[in-house]
Amino acid sequence: MELGPYILLASIEGAVMAAVLALTAVGLSLVFGVMRVVNIAHGEFFMLGAVIAWYVAQTVGGHPAIGFVAALVIAPLVVGAIAAAADMTILKRIAYDPERTIVATIGLLYIIQQLTLMTYGPDARPVEAPFNQRIALPWVEWGEDGLSFFHPWGLATTSYKLFVIVAAAVVLTGVRMMMTRTRIGLLMRATQADSDMALAFGIPVERVYAMVFGIGAGLAALAAVLIVPISQAHYLMGADPLLLSFIVVIIGGLGSLPGTVVAAVLIGLSDGIISVFFSPTLAKILATLLVGLVLVFRPQGLFGTRAP
Amino acid sequence: MNGWVRVLALHGGLLAVLFAAQFLLPAYHHGNLARIMVLASYAIGYNILFGYTGLLSLGHALFFAAGMYGMGLGVQHLGLTPAPALLAGIAAGAVVALALGLLALRTVGVAFMIVTLMFAQAGYFTILYFSEITRGDEGFVIAQAQRVLWGIDLSASANRYFAAWALFSACLLACLWLVRMPFGKTLVAIRENEERVRMLGYDTFAHKLGAMVISGAISAAAGASYGLLFGSAGASFAGVQYSILPLLWVLLGGAGTVLGPFVGTLFMFYLIDLSSGITTAYMLIAGVVLVVLTLFAPQGLMGELRRRFWRGLP
Amino acid sequence: MTLLSTRGLSKHFDGLQAVDGVDFDLPEGEVRALIGPNGAGKTTFVGMICGRIAPSSGSVVFDGADITALPAHKRILRGMAYTFQITSVFPRLDVAENVALAARRRLKGREMTRAVDEVLARVGLLERRDEEAGNLSYGHQRLLEIAMGLVQKPRLLILDEPTQGLSEGEIASFKELLREVAGQTTILLIEHNMSVVMETADRVSVLDFGRLLAEGTPQEIHENAAVQAAYLGTG
Repeated sequence: MELGPYILLASIEGAVMAAVLALTAVGLSLVFGVMRVVNIAHGEFFMLGAVIAWYVAQTVGGHPAIGFVAALVIAPLVVGAIAAAADMTILKRIAYDPERTIVATIGLLYIIQQLTLMTYGPDARPVEAPFNQRIALPWVEWGEDGLSFFHPWGLATTSYKLFVIVAAAVVLTGVRMMMTRTRIGLLMRATQADSDMALAFGIPVERVYAMVFGIGAGLAALAAVLIVPISQAHYLMGADPLLLSFIVVIIGGLGSLPGTVVAAVLIGLSDGIISVFFSPTLAKILATLLVGLVLVFRPQGLFGTRAP
Repeated sequence: MNGWVRVLALHGGLLAVLFAAQFLLPAYHHGNLARIMVLASYAIGYNILFGYTGLLSLGHALFFAAGMYGMGLGVQHLGLTPAPALLAGIAAGAVVALALGLLALRTVGVAFMIVTLMFAQAGYFTILYFSEITRGDEGFVIAQAQRVLWGIDLSASANRYFAAWALFSACLLACLWLVRMPFGKTLVAIRENEERVRMLGYDTFAHKLGAMVISGAISAAAGASYGLLFGSAGASFAGVQYSILPLLWVLLGGAGTVLGPFVGTLFMFYLIDLSSGITTAYMLIAGVVLVVLTLFAPQGLMGELRRRFWRGLP
Repeated sequence: MTLLSTRGLSKHFDGLQAVDGVDFDLPEGEVRALIGPNGAGKTTFVGMICGRIAPSSGSVVFDGADITALPAHKRILRGMAYTFQITSVFPRLDVAENVALAARRRLKGREMTRAVDEVLARVGLLERRDEEAGNLSYGHQRLLEIAMGLVQKPRLLILDEPTQGLSEGEIASFKELLREVAGQTTILLIEHNMSVVMETADRVSVLDFGRLLAEGTPQEIHENAAVQAAYLGTG
């Protein structure tokens, strides 16, 4: 294949990745924005979403679409409930102290990961996509009689991948609507602006926190359900989404939802293209260095403005 | 100076007991204890930064691995003998700690934690990336012939125990000495109230950087010794897990106490050892202990001892 | 001889002019009180002198040298000492160690211990030297804060509202202490309590809306109509 079609292909793969990443990172960003804590176990909630999707698909049976739709509903709810329970039993008791929260969520990371290993096992398992038609993509060429379309061999995607992109966009729009148009969103924004003041005005801050933590984890789980027909469910799969979400949240400006989405698209797209040129390990080296250096030299994020 | 006599008696007593233990313990525990003493030395290094200076790093595996690979690569590729290889490992750790400190110490709190985590991960991926030299995840074996220090074969279990004991003693005494020095007392004051220390005329950045280098050098000494005594080096020692473990040991034993790192490492090692009969998912125990400590005993074991019975315990 | 002077010293935060072009001179050996209504910029001004806050413009000269660009700890090493407005001791360290941290900049070993005990005796905290500082009463913590300033034997001692929150009796003994120290060092005293100002200061400077409004002996300031208008809100 020539470079042009190859890059188009990489861009579509990148867009799928950007979609999933945006969902995961918005979950992390929401938690950081409202609660001012960093959830190191976020990647494990992602992993749990994928594993639960596999269990649900196994249990339901029948046409793959039935299991998938069931997983799409059940996995985020279960994971959200687990996260909210963790918030109420652990984070609330340490008063959301930022440093202790990190230590506690590291503990949570190992607990979730190892319990999954003990029950689900060390294998990677696929979930069948609800639909998966191959779509050949056209490419343009400057021929003898002007521009002409043709279908290069190997330049194709699937209907499911396009669905993932659309689904992520829909969910993100939903999150945005929730934050700006609903009472729950108003409570969250009030808590984000000043939790003491919110408490003084009778907002049940603790319940808002539990809900935000649950929604954040639920978004990660949803992203995982979407990706699991493409990749597979494995107990160690949480590490990469965690790292990438960190990168996205930090580059997009801590706690800013629009910034997070823009950064996710940027990272997702460039990751697809970068992987054409670099080995994945080198890409990870550059990515971790980037996060570290941005935090040192531009803590407000690459595109953020300095908070007052 | 009655308090000082008690302190010396306690710490010297532990070293004496550990020294005597090598003649009394059955082989299995003998080997365990050698490993625990090396890992506890690592925890002592971690504790200088976390426990005494109040800087929570999530990237100490970088220093441990710098020591291990500084030593191991020196032996493997440059043909160094153990003594200069050990020094090369320690120097590598100190240099890496200096570089990381110059960057990371510009941040505080949560940002410091994430920055150290990220740079350590970058180090881990770098080791994987240059797998032709480092042998990546698989790691490499340091042959028995390369592990003879001054005519002493460190792969023999009695020699290994003694070497681990010597390393641990040196680290423990260095820590004890450090925290009684004005420098160490200033570090504690920085942990308690950095702005006040600055307004007493101290260069707090230089002090924190010094703590980072000392902490990195001790961690590297432990990493280099680990490779030398147990005969292998591998990328997993640079992974995030090896940054979390010293935090866990120090939290469990008691941050900011000289004996805490050893107590925590000993407890955790045997907790995991005993539970390995029940499950292979041994990091589950680590996770549960981390959460329980954060919730119920942020002071750790020796910290509780100090709070309840012995205020002057260093 | 002038120990400390500022020229055109200014600080603005996001459009708010906290300190506005202050020219200030403090001769060696003087006790100078700095007064002004809340929000007049006193703490910001002093913060720029000792290096806690970077000025927007202007310069600070201490002991003949321009120190505007020096970080705080280097200014302290040149002979400034600063005591915090909000008590800022080391609560989990014992009282003697609190003072020792301040003393170790210039003394070592036995001499250091002696200096610590001497200062603690002077502020009346000697018998509490081994207690944790966090267990002291508020008034005692203020005294400890002052002891940490005194033990540095500074050439310029900056006291930021040292009597805030003290009882009448404690204020009386503080005045006593200040008079003792007065002969040995130059003092810049931010103070709200007018009786402390009238009884201890040689001269008084008044800040209002970030500007230097007046300067004079306590008596002159007391009678100054502009000061009364700014300070007391009466015409």
